[in-house]
Amino acid sequence: MMPITDIPLQAYLVVAAILFCIGVWGLINSRNAVRVLMSIELMLNAVNLNMMAFSSYLDGAQVRGQVFAVFVITVAAAEAAVGLAILLSLYRNRDTVDMEQFNLLRW
Amino acid sequence: MGLALSTRIICFLLLSGALLLGALGVVLLPNVVYSAFLLGGVLLSMAGLYLLLNASFVAAAQVLVYVGAVNVLILFAIMLVNKREPLRPMRVLLLRRLLSVGVCLGLLALLVQVALTTPWALPGPASIGEAALTRIGEHFFTDYLLPFEVASVLLLMAMIGAIVLARRDVLARDVVTGEPADQALLERQRTPLLPSQDGSSPSVPSP
Repeated sequence: MMPITDIPLQAYLVVAAILFCIGVWGLINSRNAVRVLMSIELMLNAVNLNMMAFSSYLDGAQVRGQVFAVFVITVAAAEAAVGLAILLSLYRNRDTVDMEQFNLLRW
Repeated sequence: MGLALSTRIICFLLLSGALLLGALGVVLLPNVVYSAFLLGGVLLSMAGLYLLLNASFVAAAQVLVYVGAVNVLILFAIMLVNKREPLRPMRVLLLRRLLSVGVCLGLLALLVQVALTTPWALPGPASIGEAALTRIGEHFFTDYLLPFEVASVLLLMAMIGAIVLARRDVLARDVVTGEPADQALLERQRTPLLPSQDGSSPSVPSP
């Protein structure tokens, strides 16, 4: 048994996996549209945590994972802005935030 | 980071615990306002984990962008659409929840299995300290220049798109005169509501 010299990479990966699965569950099961957007933010953060862990543990002095994480943060900000604008527009049209009633394009 | 190993382990455990409990709260709490505030806590814990991973710049960006902008935006959206409505009951809701729990647990088992069985070629965590910021800047302006510029275009498109989508609808018909109206008519002089001097009704537009 080797002595632990640092926090293992797998610990970060497991935490990110749990966070991602919580996000997926919330994305499927939320009926409030705002909560769906929050679940998407959780999933994006889980991916970011993976990238930062790989960047620190595998990439050494090249910090490419951090560069990708900054790009993910940018895209997430754009996604949140457009998503909330769509949500406001939907709320004006349907007068509800219940995901089950947003079925204009479903059938 | 120059912390001792035990300190780092304690920090990691505390931050992960706060992260996962907060995420469960975000998904499970019935009040969506509490969920939004817990989301802020989750994002702050994530910034702490970034600090543990020797990424101070991304931690600062996380706090600024996520906690400062995205979370506040979500709170504003909640304030705008926070209507207490009784959700219409659904027949298969419980079955759907259980099925999705199964799917998510399967996904979790798969991810954990992959993470634990892959032999990572570990050089170990390398802290390059403040040189990371210089390195990130070099990456942005040499080999990741195109994504950097495309990201700025994306932000511009998202800004315009959000404005167009969330803009209040302009009435297609003028309320007073009944004439078809468009945006240029916002500048036009309106027909006065009071009857004019010659006694004609204001609701009938004079041709």
